Amino acid sequence: MLPSTRRLSTLASSTLRRQFASTPLVTERMNMFTALNDAMRVAMETDPTAVVFGEDVAFGGVFRCTVDLKEQFGEDRVFNSPLCEQGIAGFAIGYASIGRTAIAEIQFADYIFPAFDQIVNEAAKFRYRSGNQFDCGKLTFRAPYGAVGHGAHYHSQSPEAYFAHTPGLKVVIPRNPTQAKGLLLASIRDPNPVVFFEPKALYRASVSDVPVGDFTVPLGQADIMRSGTDITIVGWGAQMRVLEDACDMAEEAGVSCELIDLQTITPWDVDTVEQSVRKTGRLIVSHEAPKTGGFASEIASTIQERCFLNLEAPVQRVCGYDTPFPLAYEKLYLPDALKNFEAIKHAVNY
Amino acid sequence: MALRLLTKSLAPRARAARFFSATVGHGEFPGGQTVPYVNKIHVVDPKDADVIPAYRVLDQQGKLVQGASIPEGIDEDLAVEIYKHMIRLNSMDNVFYDAQRQGRISFYMTAFGEEGTLFGSAAAIKPRDMVFAQYREAGVLMWRGFTLDQFADQLFSNEGDLGKGRQMPVHYGSRELNYQTVSSPLATQLPQAAGAAYGFKLAKEDRIAVCYFGEGAASEGDFHAALNIAATRDCPVLYFARNNGYAISTPVKDQFRGDGIASRGAGYGIPVIRVDGNDVFAVYEATKKAREMILSEGRPVLLETMSYRQGHHSTSDDSTRYRAVSEIKHWKDTNCPMNRLKLYLLDQGWWSEERDVALKDAERSSVLAALTKAEAKGIPALDTMFEDVYAEKPRHLQDQEAEMLEHIAKYPEHYASGH
Repeated sequence: MLPSTRRLSTLASSTLRRQFASTPLVTERMNMFTALNDAMRVAMETDPTAVVFGEDVAFGGVFRCTVDLKEQFGEDRVFNSPLCEQGIAGFAIGYASIGRTAIAEIQFADYIFPAFDQIVNEAAKFRYRSGNQFDCGKLTFRAPYGAVGHGAHYHSQSPEAYFAHTPGLKVVIPRNPTQAKGLLLASIRDPNPVVFFEPKALYRASVSDVPVGDFTVPLGQADIMRSGTDITIVGWGAQMRVLEDACDMAEEAGVSCELIDLQTITPWDVDTVEQSVRKTGRLIVSHEAPKTGGFASEIASTIQERCFLNLEAPVQRVCGYDTPFPLAYEKLYLPDALKNFEAIKHAVNY
Repeated sequence: MALRLLTKSLAPRARAARFFSATVGHGEFPGGQTVPYVNKIHVVDPKDADVIPAYRVLDQQGKLVQGASIPEGIDEDLAVEIYKHMIRLNSMDNVFYDAQRQGRISFYMTAFGEEGTLFGSAAAIKPRDMVFAQYREAGVLMWRGFTLDQFADQLFSNEGDLGKGRQMPVHYGSRELNYQTVSSPLATQLPQAAGAAYGFKLAKEDRIAVCYFGEGAASEGDFHAALNIAATRDCPVLYFARNNGYAISTPVKDQFRGDGIASRGAGYGIPVIRVDGNDVFAVYEATKKAREMILSEGRPVLLETMSYRQGHHSTSDDSTRYRAVSEIKHWKDTNCPMNRLKLYLLDQGWWSEERDVALKDAERSSVLAALTKAEAKGIPALDTMFEDVYAEKPRHLQDQEAEMLEHIAKYPEHYASGH
């Protein structure tokens, strides 16, 4: 399943450059689902208590993320659950509550809501409410999220803001195969429950050189994908492709953009964004999820509190509209590159 | 009367009807399911099914029922020990119920009438078994050695509370005693118990998860989620339903229409045992048998104890608004688990009225002493408020903590510590 071409390459990601300094890494060409698969393989090899389960994961998963894992690790460690999200979540919490590693899959982020009670009232508060006598930190929920072209209401949602409002949880979203592998391994090993959203539009579409073997990308750190001086643009997940296009358009028009991938939604890297906005004086936050109550609001208000004297234009949020996610009008609904380009122009001309 | 007779006379015919339909082959369906075909419509109506019987050893006068014997493992020492614990729990419930009425603690829930289910089961499981409780199972924790001081510290949310004063009273937990911390959302612990049990099974540990819940909680979706996943993953977990007749004000007739909780087990492929919950010996033996089955067969068991909630739901509830005082009195007078055990002990010459009075006095004094001690302790240190949200303290919580400390330093008189 994994591509066989291995080669030495220099890594594009600044996070990885920082982490590995000048050490060249052996990498392998992977798309996002193979990178996630690889992360879970490493997690299970290095931790005999780790189990992977959810709906349809045993045959490899509906997005192929768990392919061959059952064959390698056995059906006790890689197994199908009954079709019941609250059961998956509760089971995962209980398994983690005795100190073992649970990697649970929710088939689509749109279907995580039946598990909302278990995740918000139980997983998130497990450590706090027991005075640290019990925790379910070795727990990770994986769920495909985001627009996919034709997913309509229930195969397109981006529910990160619901979870970002819950102390005790970490919420992580990768943008490419390399970040996906490193962030997923970090999430699995983080001593806190993590909700890990995977941009399903990129499972096959995004390909990158992924370090072979065991490596992690630290949680809680944003990644400055490109440096700029005129405006800061913040996003995460699949939206980073859109924002790169918007930055290209802006740069052709003579605007220097600093593009930041937040990577961890909570707890988020305030410092990196704050430093960037102090330098550029302008900020756009962009996400697929609806605008009202979206995580952009949290970023915008925090930066306004911290960078009031540096801001030269209002912070703009370029988001999905406050409607359910539509089918026929998906293209119009999404905060695409052009909408972001317009926001950039508005900010620099303010 | 005529209608009743008619129904009665029809019932045997309805039951016999199934025998008039002949089997005409069978179908093989995915997953190895074999289903016989019949040539007549065959309605399976639960009204025709037999009620699942409840196992009992002692009658309501504390005498052995016909054909029963005292379960293996129950001797004078254990029987007396269980009874002493019943008195201790009862004393604790009386004292802290009153303490709440006096406004000394914010909330309390008693376990009056359910002492049999709690101590019968607690004595039959092993200390290494992981308990997932609902909230009315303090007796199980008490049996495991949680001290009156520890209970009192939790109730007063003081600096001695293992939970650092964060949760409402009666939300006990003890890592040392394998008793997972109680949370308020009902039935959430059910699928969690399956997950923990699965962990024990993978690690080949000789232990089970024991999950307590009320008959009301069994209406939650998590009940369904849990029993189904526990069955499909063959989890060594005991689902222990305390059917006490009420979920706050809701009687069981508004809670379900089937034969209690026990009848649901079969649908999930889970063996069930129903027990007279006011008979501590029957609960003990059934729990012991369930535990053996769970480990030897590697699958869950559902156990339902039939009892009666003698007390109010909680200190926020006056149960006489929805049930008759005479009903409560009836259960207390005729079918109280403590009294049934006491009558048995007296019969055996293992107990006396003098010892009974003396022990009740002593336990009441012990509980009052624990209350006084706990009440005198301070609340947990201020810097614990931001701890344990995460394993580490993230930057934003450090900032918020600093803000709070700065604020409190400015207006100390508005935030006096203590109760």
